[in-house]
Formats: sequence, structure tokens, C-alpha cells
Amino acid sequence: MSYSTFEIWAIILLIGIGTLALRFSFLGLIGSRALPDWVLRHLRYTPVAVIPGLMAPLVFFPPVTGGETDPGRLAVAAVTLLAGVLTRSPLWAIAAGGAMLTGLALTGVLVVPG
Amino acid sequence: MTKQDRSRQGAKAAGPGRPDRAATLRAFRQGALAGLPFALVAGPFGVVFGVIATEAGLNLAETMGFSILVIAGASQLAAVQLMVDNAPTMVVVLAALAINLRMAMYSASLAPYLGAAPVWQRGLIAYLMLDQAYSVSYLRYEEGPPMTLSERVAYYMGAITPICPLWYLATLFGALAGTALPVGLPIDMAVPIAFLAMIAPMLRTLAHVAAALVSVLGALALAFVPHNLGLFLAALLALIVGARVELWVAARRRAADQTARAGTDKEGDAR
Repeated sequence: MSYSTFEIWAIILLIGIGTLALRFSFLGLIGSRALPDWVLRHLRYTPVAVIPGLMAPLVFFPPVTGGETDPGRLAVAAVTLLAGVLTRSPLWAIAAGGAMLTGLALTGVLVVPG
Repeated sequence: MTKQDRSRQGAKAAGPGRPDRAATLRAFRQGALAGLPFALVAGPFGVVFGVIATEAGLNLAETMGFSILVIAGASQLAAVQLMVDNAPTMVVVLAALAINLRMAMYSASLAPYLGAAPVWQRGLIAYLMLDQAYSVSYLRYEEGPPMTLSERVAYYMGAITPICPLWYLATLFGALAGTALPVGLPIDMAVPIAFLAMIAPMLRTLAHVAAALVSVLGALALAFVPHNLGLFLAALLALIVGARVELWVAARRRAADQTARAGTDKEGDAR
């Protein structure tokens, strides 16, 4: 890394300001005005449209294995998802996924960063 | 910063609502309880960022600056990764912001629920908009019994309370402990576990499942698009598919109802 202190802080501040602007955008500008039905119909799917895509590369091509698909990590993801769908509770999903992860790590099945 | 933040949250905990203090407080507690499991993950994620940023060559103030001023883990990691490659300043900034474009979507979807709050509250909500607090709150607003505005704000603030301070502290811990942490721990999976746990309970209709599938396939197929814009495109596509499937299912249900009604020799649909 060969940035000056000024450049590093400029990067941090610009990302910070830009991110805050994105977060405030609609909440700040639209306020309490009612949105049309068709817009609401799309917004309803925001979390399921964004987060699975954000996670997919990490699950299918984990950076720690150099991008090679790891069956252990796929299993952990599948167990988490299944527990969450069945119990409808994020807490149980985390517990199930965490237990699977710990189990596979302890038995040495999981590829871990050296 | 942290002290200021804590006093703000303290003020919030006391309740923004004259209307019904007890109900607001209850909503805050419910939110905090719902957010608690995600603290388990904000911890490891923050540590990972602290370690990686320090190893990349950022000093303590810069590392903490990221976690306090940006407060969005995925984009922080991406920025540091690009900085290790000595990418041009604007490329680093734009790539990080592209990852955070999803926040604008979150902001839009929260507007119907929180848009009527005073502007300072909306500002605070915006600053604290983390995936976990957002998802937990949105799930509650959509599915739970109706809440008043001050209850909704209190629930959100409750959800963020166990997560956000831990994010700062975990970053600090990671930055200080740095390479002293034992290797060989698969903490990289803590992040996907948390995010999948958030999403799974939302997969309750065909439209939600379809949107999630399109999101995954789209993000993988569009991974070649530079600066993480592929994710944004995939998300837009998934929103459209979700809305389309919802309309399609509703139309089919109406058609089935009509057939049933026609079968019992009733008058046709008034429309």
C-alpha cells in the first residue's frame, strides 16, 4: 500500500459520506409521502434480492480457498438456510449453521486458511 | 465519537414518543432481543476487518475511521483489498460505494415505515443502517402486528443496539490483536451464516424464493461486471422478478377463485 495519509483519509471520508448519502437518500427525501403500489411491490423484495447475491460468491467460491468450491462450506450454508426456513427464526438458523461449522472445523473436514 | 453515540442511543432508549412510553420501551426491548443473535456475527466480522486492515498497513486511527465513518463491513473489506493492490483513489471509493448501493434500496423500502420520523431520527437511522438491523426490522414491520411510528423507530434502534457498539469494539480488538490471532479458524463463514440466517425466514412465498434465486444466479453470472456493479444489476433483476411472480400468483389465484365461483353458478367477477 503506497498512499499518503491524506489519501487514506480522503478515501475513508468519501466512502463514509457517499454511504451515508445512499442510506439517507429515500428515507430523507421521500419522507412520509406515500409511494405508488408498483414501487412498493418491488421494494418488498429488497432483502431477498440483495443479500443472497451478496453472499453467493463467498459461499460458492470462498476467497480463503482461493476461490475453489468447498463442499464443507456449501453444507454449512445449506444447513443454515434450511434451519432458518423450517424454524422461521434467525437465531436457530445461526445456531444450526454455527454448530455445523464448528463440527466440520473440529473434525478437520473444512478447508481453513493456513 | 463512541461516547457521543452512546448518549444519543441513551436518549433514544428513553423513548422518542410522548404517546406511549411503555409501548415504545417494549418495542425497543423486542428489537434489542431480535438483534442480539447478530451481535454473535458482528463480532467476528469486525475482528476480521480489524486484522485485515492492520495487515494491509492501515494504522489504528485509519482502521477505526473506516468502521466508525463508513460502518459497512463488506464495502470496507473491498476498499482495503483494492488499497492493497494500490488501486487509484477514485476506483477504491466507487467500488466501495457500488457495494453500498443496496443501502439506497433499503432506504427506499424503509421509507413507508419510518419516513414520517423527525429528520434527526431519520439521519440516525440512516447512519446506523446495517444489513442485520435493517433485515430484522423490516421483517418485523412486514409480518408482525402493526406498530406506531415511535414503536417502529424504537424497534430499529433496539435492533442496532447490540450490534453497532460491538462492531466498533471488535474492529478495535482485531486491529490491536492483529496477527496474534490463531490462524486456522474458519471465521470467514461467520458472515454468510449470519446473512443467510437473516434471509431464510423471509423465504415464505414463491415470489420471495424466486427473487432470492435470481439474486444468487444473477450475482454469479454478472461477477465479471467491474467494481461490483454486477451485484446491483442482479438485485434490480431480482426485485423485478419478485414483483412479477407476485402479480402472476395473485392473477392465478383470482382465476382459480373465478372458476370456483362460476362452478357454483354465481355471477361473474364484477370487474
